[in-house]
Amino acid sequence: MSATASRPFLGDPASFRDATADESSLRRFLHGLPGVDQVGAEARAADLATRSIKTTSKAWAIDLAIRMVDLTTLEGADTPGKVRSLCAKAMRPDPGDPSVPPVAAVCVYPDLVGVAVEALRGSTVRVASVATAFPAGRAALETKLGDVRDAVAAGAHEIDMVIDRGAFLSGRYGKVYEEIVATRAACGSAHLKVILETGELVTLDNARRASHLALLAGADFIKTSTGKVSPAATPPVALVMLQAVRDFAAATGELRGVKLAGGIRSSKDAVRYLVMVSEVAGQRWLDPDRFRFGASSLLNDLLQQRHKLATGAYDGPDYVTVD
Amino acid sequence: MATTTAFEYAPAPEARDSARLRSHYGIFVDGAFRDGAGDAVQTIDPSNEQALAEVAQAGAADVDAAVAAARRAHDSVWGAMPGRERAKYLFRIARAIQERARELAVLESLDNGKPIRESRDVDIPLAAAHFFYYAGWADKLEHAGLGAAPRSLGVAGQIIPWNFPLLMAAWKIAPALAAGNTVVLKPAETTPLTALTLASIIAECELPPGVVNVLAGGPEVGQALVEHAGIAKIAFTGSTEVGKLIQRTLAGSETRLSLELGGKAANIVFEDAPLDQAVEGIVNGIFFNQGHVCCAGSRLLVQESVADDVIAALKSRVETLRLGDPLDKNTDIGAINSAAQLARVRELSDVGDAEGAERWSPACALPERGFWFPPTIFTGVSSAHRIAREEIFGPVLSVLTFRTPAEAVEKANTTPFGLSAGIWTEKGSRILWMARQLRAGVVWANTFNRFDPASPFGGYKESGFGREGGRHGLEAYLGR
Amino acid sequence: MAAERLRVRKTYKLAIGGAFPRSESGRSYPVSDPAGVLLAHAAQASRKDARDAVVAARKAFPGWWGATALNRGQVIYRIAEMLDGRREQLAAEVSAAEGCAPGSALGQVDESIDRIVWYAGWADKFAQVAGSANPVAGPYFNFSVPEPTGVVAILAPQQSSLLGFVSVLAPVLCTGNTAVIVASEARPLPAASLAEVLATSDLPGGVANVLTGFTAELAPWLASHRDVNALDLTGADRAARTALARSAADTVKRVFVPRDEDWSRDPGLERLSAFVETKTVWHPVGV
Repeated sequence: MSATASRPFLGDPASFRDATADESSLRRFLHGLPGVDQVGAEARAADLATRSIKTTSKAWAIDLAIRMVDLTTLEGADTPGKVRSLCAKAMRPDPGDPSVPPVAAVCVYPDLVGVAVEALRGSTVRVASVATAFPAGRAALETKLGDVRDAVAAGAHEIDMVIDRGAFLSGRYGKVYEEIVATRAACGSAHLKVILETGELVTLDNARRASHLALLAGADFIKTSTGKVSPAATPPVALVMLQAVRDFAAATGELRGVKLAGGIRSSKDAVRYLVMVSEVAGQRWLDPDRFRFGASSLLNDLLQQRHKLATGAYDGPDYVTVD
Repeated sequence: MATTTAFEYAPAPEARDSARLRSHYGIFVDGAFRDGAGDAVQTIDPSNEQALAEVAQAGAADVDAAVAAARRAHDSVWGAMPGRERAKYLFRIARAIQERARELAVLESLDNGKPIRESRDVDIPLAAAHFFYYAGWADKLEHAGLGAAPRSLGVAGQIIPWNFPLLMAAWKIAPALAAGNTVVLKPAETTPLTALTLASIIAECELPPGVVNVLAGGPEVGQALVEHAGIAKIAFTGSTEVGKLIQRTLAGSETRLSLELGGKAANIVFEDAPLDQAVEGIVNGIFFNQGHVCCAGSRLLVQESVADDVIAALKSRVETLRLGDPLDKNTDIGAINSAAQLARVRELSDVGDAEGAERWSPACALPERGFWFPPTIFTGVSSAHRIAREEIFGPVLSVLTFRTPAEAVEKANTTPFGLSAGIWTEKGSRILWMARQLRAGVVWANTFNRFDPASPFGGYKESGFGREGGRHGLEAYLGR
Repeated sequence: MAAERLRVRKTYKLAIGGAFPRSESGRSYPVSDPAGVLLAHAAQASRKDARDAVVAARKAFPGWWGATALNRGQVIYRIAEMLDGRREQLAAEVSAAEGCAPGSALGQVDESIDRIVWYAGWADKFAQVAGSANPVAGPYFNFSVPEPTGVVAILAPQQSSLLGFVSVLAPVLCTGNTAVIVASEARPLPAASLAEVLATSDLPGGVANVLTGFTAELAPWLASHRDVNALDLTGADRAARTALARSAADTVKRVFVPRDEDWSRDPGLERLSAFVETKTVWHPVGV
């Protein structure tokens, strides 16, 4: 981003301060955001996907993508053993190649945070926990906050909360806002990622409004999806969310992050998203502190592509670890 | 442009070999390639000024021969052929272009200087699509609403510009052949290669000799074609200046004429526009194909209340454009097509400076050899400035502001041109009101520079007359 | 025994911008029937009258084009109504102008009325026939509509003083153009009377401006006028057409040259199509 992009489209920074004064201010602010033309946004996303990333830049991007992975398991069938195995992979994705960097974080349910914290002790890998009655978020606020406190107490560094999509879709922005603020408070020093579940918000206009709502409420990251709803992360949604953090930074000077979750399985997709990050938000977002992939199978594909680049031979699934 | 960043894109060049470049290209007359009466010339790669190939040039005798061949083919074969048979030939051509898409794309980028991304994703697929579209009309002409028994005109002389060499050839040839005419096509002097390759494709598709003839050459070949008594129809795409000359030449004659000429389109951004998409539309509007587009959105009219924000975002976006090797798949801005065109772009830009407009370009290293001009934005432009009135035909945007819809319309329409216009607003009724007020043949609302064979294209006022594309495009090639 | 009542003669004038001026030049010229009997002195329009007529036509254009097609159709139909009420007068003028039998002249007036009615009905249908929704390969709604070319300068036919005049004027007005029309030089009187019919037909002033005078004198000014969008050469001398068309090329005017002047023929869509532009509008389809 150049210095010329002082404050695209969002007017006076004061409008940000005033946006949260009350429910009607919030509504005015969110509905005053420029609309998103779906076809234009999709065309731009598709256009960015035609970038051809080769050789050295591809290798660089793959290693960066690995460092941005929130290696995730969010199954009812999760066990301590499964989580420990995942943590091992997170710290040392390719046991045969120490040059492969560790991932950003491991993402688990709150009751397994302790296991993960123990397994990752001494590493750079963070522990992220979904909370707030993930994935539906249909519980009393106190229950959701209890969920958060449990995870934080167990040592989670990052909390992935879900917003109340029902409240958002029925226009009760204040309720959504208050819940995020309360969760933010419950997080203490833990970072807060706010899951918008854009697949349920449906329109890109909603994705933009929800992004700004979450950013105003104090989200460190805005995150696309739980991974339990289809569609999850899509290029147009990623585009709109990256524009939101770009615009928020331009207006406030604060750099917030974006996490894409769900459906990103191939290195090709990951590299395309990095191109989008680079060209839409800017180079400052090419950092695991500001951009993440929530994924499980993606990591193995990144490793296979890394191997292909290093050796020139196509890799096979038998040569990566199962987690 | 590609500033020093962590995420550098390694070069990703398309293989030049794909173009199957030949050392010599002949003119195509009566089904065969041969040398022309003129002296052969070298065609060059505008991105590095290297010679690409030697191209035979037609002379007056070749025009005679081509028109005679086309007339024979029309009278003896093509004009009388059942439409469904003509249709199958055109479908063949469409498929053959698709089969050789990569070759044609690389060849186009070499000869024209445009980014491979555009020749690959726009020019070549659309060229094939035009043949595919008009193929289907060949046996349905009586249903086109152009009379119960429409008939072909005869030999169509077609003169096309250098900005979309193959696509313009397709725009011209496909409807002409569908309607039963035969064709003598003159590609632009600086970009003959894809049209000549299309001629070889047409030969491979076994069209009868003489149905399509391609004469490379300069303005004198075009003039000979226009003045030729055996021509029933002239279709010209190019500058308004030359278009007027042709119209003058044909005044009083029986020869039918359609003209697709210059433009100075207003791209109008209201405060309630989807601004991120509007910025994309502005960029696409003026920097697509280096601004070598007759319908380019070369005048940005932005509502004063959002002007600062839009201009800031626009500049920020332009800084991400990548200028360089046309064959690199990541190149957004290629080379200016010729030294002459570069001189004109420079001259008019200098006029912009002299008139007091403020020039801005991103920090952007230009290759040392070849014809290059950085994407350029002039702010503080007024309607009276030459850069707001004259077609620059290059990557140069003039930014003006407005306060009310009526003012936007007035500024947009105050030009002798009337080819295209853009409207950006999320208010539906305003879109339709604006679309009606704007005196332009193509109005893009919340999008820009979209093309489709089913969509009629052409101008109002000095941007020409006649339409290309769609059912309307048949009208230029049919008599009642 | 009362003396035979003296008839009140009409002064034949120009029609510009809803008014009926004499030529600003003050000139007139004698108009005779084919046998050489003087009929009247018609106004001889000057280049300045032509200029004023173009200004009036341009000024009237947004309103006439902005009217609904239904409204234009009704106004044109009203012309037919008004003309029908004056059919005997016009028949007498046509008969005098063209030297034809009264019955034949009346037939021409009736045919003129019917032609106007025919075009009146086209006003709100032509766009449906000439327009289209275009199935483009992408998420866009795309439609094409015919729009008027703008100000059309018409050189009316020299022979057919009323039917020819009506046949060239009505299609131009039907699609929303405004017109400057030069009447038959030798037979201008029916056209001058028709201008009075137009003025009483709810046709806004300036939509149809009727000039009488010398075609060869006026035509070059109209052909070269930069605010004229199209030129109908029907009434131009064949030898003059090339020069006029060449002059029109300076601003890329649409130039119409008729195939024939058989006004009894079904006119078809040729003249309606000749003075329209096709506008194509794109819009994305999304949520």
